[in-house]
Amino acid sequence: MELFTNQVLAGIATGAIYACMALAVVMIYQAIDHLNFAQGEMAMFSTFISWQLMQWGLPYWGAFIVTLAFSFAGGIAIERVLFKPLTKAPILTQVAGFIALFSIINSCAGLIWDFTIKQYPTPFGSSPFLGSQLISTHQAGMIGITLLLLVGLYFFFQYTRVGLAMRAAAALPESARLVGINTSWMIALGWGMAAAIGSIAGMLIAPVVFLEPNMMGGVLIYGFAAAVLGGLTSPFGAVLGGFLVGIFENLAGTYIPHVGNEMKLPIALALIISVLVIKPAGLFGRNIVKRV
Amino acid sequence: MTALLNVKDLRAYYGQVQALHGLSFSLNEGSLTTLLGANGAGKTTTLRAICNMVRSTGAIEFEGKPLNNKSTESIVRFGIAHVPQGRGTFTNMTVEENLQLGAITRSDKAGIVADIERMYSYFPKLKERHTQQAGTLSGGEQQMLAVARALMLRPRLMLLDEPSFGLAPLVVRDLFGILGKINREEKVSILVVEQNAQLALELADKAYVIETGRIVMSGVAKDIANDENVRKSYLGY
Repeated sequence: MELFTNQVLAGIATGAIYACMALAVVMIYQAIDHLNFAQGEMAMFSTFISWQLMQWGLPYWGAFIVTLAFSFAGGIAIERVLFKPLTKAPILTQVAGFIALFSIINSCAGLIWDFTIKQYPTPFGSSPFLGSQLISTHQAGMIGITLLLLVGLYFFFQYTRVGLAMRAAAALPESARLVGINTSWMIALGWGMAAAIGSIAGMLIAPVVFLEPNMMGGVLIYGFAAAVLGGLTSPFGAVLGGFLVGIFENLAGTYIPHVGNEMKLPIALALIISVLVIKPAGLFGRNIVKRV
Repeated sequence: MTALLNVKDLRAYYGQVQALHGLSFSLNEGSLTTLLGANGAGKTTTLRAICNMVRSTGAIEFEGKPLNNKSTESIVRFGIAHVPQGRGTFTNMTVEENLQLGAITRSDKAGIVADIERMYSYFPKLKERHTQQAGTLSGGEQQMLAVARALMLRPRLMLLDEPSFGLAPLVVRDLFGILGKINREEKVSILVVEQNAQLALELADKAYVIETGRIVMSGVAKDIANDENVRKSYLGY
């Protein structure tokens, strides 16, 4: 039983990271109807920035805050420079844009910081949390920060005017413009927020997977899986999907014979495909009805 | 009376297709003017051109200031509220959130709260349902919500695209009564596009008739309503 509790809690901790990535993916999906393949690389680059800042002598939380601001501005810049001009381009052109962004960021990180694996510090330490062997303080910290982030985002979207305007712009762009909302800037803002959320995921997972340019590959696939499982139209579903994927991945690795670490990923993805066969819009997604 | 809205030689295009062929009309301050015409005559296109939602040439002036080349969202800030065809309701938001969105360009918090209450006094049904998702409202209630959302801007001019569409006759009477009241009491000028010519002519003080992208007739609403030839050839009743 202790093993089970242990694995579930560990699953919730990594699930928190998948939830952040899924949320970032969903935010951009809501704004422009496309999956951002480069979301993981953006997060990785942000994590390197924070590492570099710490190398230059900034304390952890100082580097954390500066990195958030950098990522937010960077996300907006990417949208303005690369994707705003592509707004009316065909889907394949936009996909090519995402792939280009992916390899540009990946190569730049390799060029600047090279591909060797680096240690990344945790501000929480890695001792047992509250004296229990079930979960480490870093894992507890991952869960705590993610929950704080989620509560903050909920209040932002429910109770602020900018949050309301962003929701309106994502739901019905034409109506939003008719009440005076600058939808183009709302999309840029969505990119900025998604980049900042991704950077939090990167900085929290880096002590676990270590820092290197390909660190987010697996995490992004789980994040996509979580977003699709929960439903790409539902931020709440994406977050829940993240936690579910995290827990399932850990339990499968522990209890199903011969699965182990290598087979965790395919098993998790197989589960997701089975869910989608039954419910194509995801657990909480809405079916998009299009007039023809 | 001075012209609030002045449109001269308006031409609009959807891709290669020209939808408006040099339309000119004006709307006086405080007036309730109607644009009539059959399906495809260019009524909706005219409203969309005023808000720069379709490519157009010609002069559009509001209080003497040109609106051409302004973005849709900045035209709203002149005090022009557009209730589009199909109402443009944010269906998965609450009634109250829809009203707040109507006032999203305003920053006077107390005024917005007071105006929401004022809308509830115009449309008591909306107050009963203020926490409901707007998509769960009936067609008539959604049209009331769309008008209320537009009024939340405190507009100088309201553009209404077929407000009667898909509504029961009694509901339409009710709605048009409220529009007349808003026009008289709140001094909001209104430009309403309608297929229900009879009702629109009862309500309006001035009318224009459009056919295939051109104005073919204009005048005092009563005169047009009483002119049997016009009624038979253009309005079909």
